[in-house]
Order: sequence, then C-alpha cells, then structure tokens
Amino acid sequence: MDKILKRKIILLSAILVLAVILGILKGSVNLSFSELFSKENRQILNLRFVRVILAIVAASGLSICGIVLQAILRNPLAEPYLLGTSSGAGLGAVIALTLGVAVTYIPFAAFIGAILSTLLVYSISRERGKIGVQSLILSGVIVSIAFSAIILFLLSTSERQTLHGISWWLWGNLEVFDYKLLLIVSVIVALGIFTVYLFSQDLNAISIGEEEAIHLGVNVELVKKILLFLVSLITAAIISVCGIIGFVGLIIPHISRLVIGPNHKFLIPVSCILSSAFMLLCDSFARTLFSPSEIPIGVITAIVGAPIFIILLKKSEAR
Amino acid sequence: MGVLLKADKIFGGYSNKPVINNVSLEINQGDFLGIIGPNGGGKSTLLRLMSRAILPTKGKIILEGEDLRKINSREVARKIAFIPQLTLINFSFTVWEIVLMGRIPHLSRLKAEGKKDFSIAERALSLTDALHLKNRRIDELSAGELQRVIIAKALAQEPLLLFLDEPTSHLDIGHQVQTLDLLAELNQKNNLSIVIVLHDLNLAGEYCKKIILLNEGGIFEQGTPAQVLTYQNIESLYKTVVVVKDNPITLRPHVLLIPGNKKCKQE
Repeated sequence: MDKILKRKIILLSAILVLAVILGILKGSVNLSFSELFSKENRQILNLRFVRVILAIVAASGLSICGIVLQAILRNPLAEPYLLGTSSGAGLGAVIALTLGVAVTYIPFAAFIGAILSTLLVYSISRERGKIGVQSLILSGVIVSIAFSAIILFLLSTSERQTLHGISWWLWGNLEVFDYKLLLIVSVIVALGIFTVYLFSQDLNAISIGEEEAIHLGVNVELVKKILLFLVSLITAAIISVCGIIGFVGLIIPHISRLVIGPNHKFLIPVSCILSSAFMLLCDSFARTLFSPSEIPIGVITAIVGAPIFIILLKKSEAR
Repeated sequence: MGVLLKADKIFGGYSNKPVINNVSLEINQGDFLGIIGPNGGGKSTLLRLMSRAILPTKGKIILEGEDLRKINSREVARKIAFIPQLTLINFSFTVWEIVLMGRIPHLSRLKAEGKKDFSIAERALSLTDALHLKNRRIDELSAGELQRVIIAKALAQEPLLLFLDEPTSHLDIGHQVQTLDLLAELNQKNNLSIVIVLHDLNLAGEYCKKIILLNEGGIFEQGTPAQVLTYQNIESLYKTVVVVKDNPITLRPHVLLIPGNKKCKQE
C-alpha cells in the first residue's frame, strides 16, 4: 500500500514538474528556448514565472477548499464558491468600479465583498450557535442568486467601460498585475492550507458523519467554524487576485479521491499537486490555442475537466 | 463491581423541549444494560446525554468519578464508544482506515498512528472477526460486515463503556443474532460494559442482564428481563396486547404479539 502511494505521488509530482516547465516555455508569444532566457526577454520570463506561481497557489487553494466543503457538508457537489464568495467578490468589484474606485483597489473590494457575503451566508444558516449543513448550502445558493442579480443589474445600467473591466473577474484570469498582492495572497493560501492539513484527522472523522465525529471526541462545531473561516479566507484571497475560476475546486477533489482515496492526510497534498498540474496545463491551452488572444482560463478548466471527470467516474464505477 | 457512570436526576433534550425528565441510573462494570420503550420515549436522547453528545439542562452525570461537564469530548471518547443506528459512509475509506479512526481520541493532532495503534486496531478487527476485510473498501461491504467493522472501530477506542443505539434495526435475524452474540462475548470475555437501545423486546430479553423501560422521558421500570418484560408493563406502554412466555431453550421471557386484538384489552 505505502509503496503504491509513494509511486503515485512521485508520478504526480513528475507531471507537475513537466507542467511547470511547459508553463514557462509556452506562452502567447512564441519564443525559442535561447530567446526566452536572453536578457532582452527577462521581462517575459518573469511574467511567466509569476504566472506559474499564481496558477499553483490558486489551484491548490481552490481544490483544498473544495475538499473541506465536500467533507464538512458531505455533499459531492460542494465547491469553494458555494458559500457565496464568488458572487460577493463580484459584487464588491462591480460596486467599486461603478463608484469609480481606482483599479488597483479592485482586488481589495472583491476580497471585502467575498468575506461579507460569506458572513451573511453563515449568519443566515446559524441557528442556536450551530451551523446546519443543509441550511448552509441553501443560504449559500440564495445569497449567490441575489448577488448575481444585483451584479447584472449594476452592469446593465452602467456604461460599457465598466463592463469590460469586470468581465475578466467573472471568467478568471491568471495574469499577475500586482506582485505584492500575489505575495500576500500566496502567504494567506499557504498558511490556510497548512492549517487545514492540521485538521486532516478531524476531516476524516467528520466525513463519515458528524455524530460519529462527536463520539470520536472531535469538537465538531468548533472544527466546522474554523474550517469554514479558513475556506472563505482562502477563496476570497484567490478571487481577489485571479477572479472566478470554476471547476477546479469541484472536480480535482473528486479526481484526487479516485487516485489516492478519501484519507485527508494524503488527499490534501495530492490534491495540491494534481490541481496545480491541471491548472498549468489548462493555462497553457488558454494562452496558446488562439494566440495571441487569450481564452479565459475558466472556460478551459470546464471544457478539459468535464471529460476527464466523466472518464474517471465511469472507470471507478466499473471497478 | 465499580460504578462506571452515574446519572443523577438528569433533564435534557433538544432546544426548548426537554425529552428526558428526572432520570437517575447507574452503570456498573460488566453491565449489559438494555434500554427499551415506545417511540419518542427518550431512549436515544438518554444515550446521547450519557455520552456527552448533548449536555443535560439539569442534573449531573458522573463518569468514573468525574463530572461529565468538566471533561472534554476527547477524554469521554477514550472511555465511551458509541455506535449509532445506521452508519452511512459516502466516502470510500478502506476498512483499515475506518478502524484506525477509533484511535483519534488517543492521538494528538500532529501525531500519526504508531505500532501500538496498529496492533490495537488489528486486535479489534480480529475480535469482531473482520480481519479479512482489512483492505476492502467500506462501501463494498454488506450490512452485516459493515456492522462488524463499525464495532471494531468502537473497540479500537479501547472504551470502558460501549453504547449502541439500535444497532440491529436494519439487519436480518441472522445478523442480529450474530451482532448480539458478539456483544455478549465482548461483555463476558473482555469485561466490556454495554448499554444498548433496542426496539426488539425479545432481543433485549435474551441478551441483556438488566433492562430499563423508558416512557415519556422517565424510567417506568427497571430490573432483570423477567421483572421488566411483563405483559402488564408492555400492554400499558405500547398500547397493544401481548402474551409473555419463556423461551423453551434459554428460559428468558419472550413477548408474543396478538394481532388485531383490541377487545382483549377491555376485558
């Protein structure tokens, strides 16, 4: 068992390394190897490098959030944006743009929007100090719908310029505008994932049932609160820097479980590796398929991800 | 025989509606205690109160001399293992991973399971005759196999007390007897104290050393099966006509139903 596990992890890491190399070598501008590392193209190399970092940070964060929510809610359809984070972030950004706030502060507005909407969802679903699983899902959906409607309303009543500024939010973009922001987000995500990892055993217990977890001595309500806080923080941070990239947080947890099993001690690191490789490959497609114009990464993650997922699902059912 | 758990005039339940009203009881080492009673009588709630899944609104529960309120849920989980009615596991953990989860209350957050934990888990699996299932996935097991694995997980907690909430309600009679035989064996050979909520009065009569009959949140009667399972007790609580006879082999009380007989009651 352990040997197979090691082999799988080595194989996945090798794929990730290849994806990183691909992410650096390929871009919307076609450069040969020697050209890329020449002095005059230092700028491009730098841009590609930070882009790879953002891809890894965003992918790992989103997949871990998906894992946590699927375990806590024991719902296979749970994903990072379920708690209203995406629509909240979108609304924050749209409001800021409509008010004419400088573009550099838009990520901040999105972050605040995401946090506020999560708090709203959380307070709606809270009853007598406990968070009901079903009511959390429902209030998340309802807040998302309401906020999306407000976003559409604001967009339809404002001028075109604003609309263009917001479109990359809704589809996701891995272009790095602000190095400092990337650094802050990376630190938040890395610390967040590390903290989640400390709760792997609790996640295992909760994923077989809250009642079971209680009787294994897990303080379920407290663990849920901590993890939900971490998930909203990580998701909000990621959204603020690269917009909404769908599918990764939903599908990678499932694929990782099919590869390595549901034990969170292995599932969390494997998901980080797998999602990063997936994101980098998707980003390569996004940049090169119709270069020099770029396809939104969210489109690629969905188009590439769906068939992979279906194939794996069919294979696991056949077992 | 030492007292393991003592409930002293406890009240409790969910939100504003108390389910358990003024219950006092003692669980001694080596007990095989059955809790029976009509639906809504508070059986499961009493079990959850005693395992600290919920806290009593009034009264005290003492576990090995300590107030249950003052010890945390991890410490409780090292002493009390709980097997719920139906365990539905959506994730395909292996049997081995599930049983090792029984070690969670004994491990600190960052500590991985060691040799000792592995040998305890292995022993738990062999006690429940489930060692051959070790590498199987939990979602591939039959109901009977799953039940044995869940009991193994509880044993891996190395508890003094094992609580079970209607563990046989979804099993066929073969697996019911198998499960309860296993519990009886653990009770006798390993001196594990057992508290079990049962719907089936005859299973309770066959296996329990002592029975508590619970009605409307209070203890209606307690004692040996023969003392509790009388037709008077059962007819007055379950509102149905029964005849109580002894099982010819085990000589334990056996409750026989008389279908469609409302008239007898008026006699």
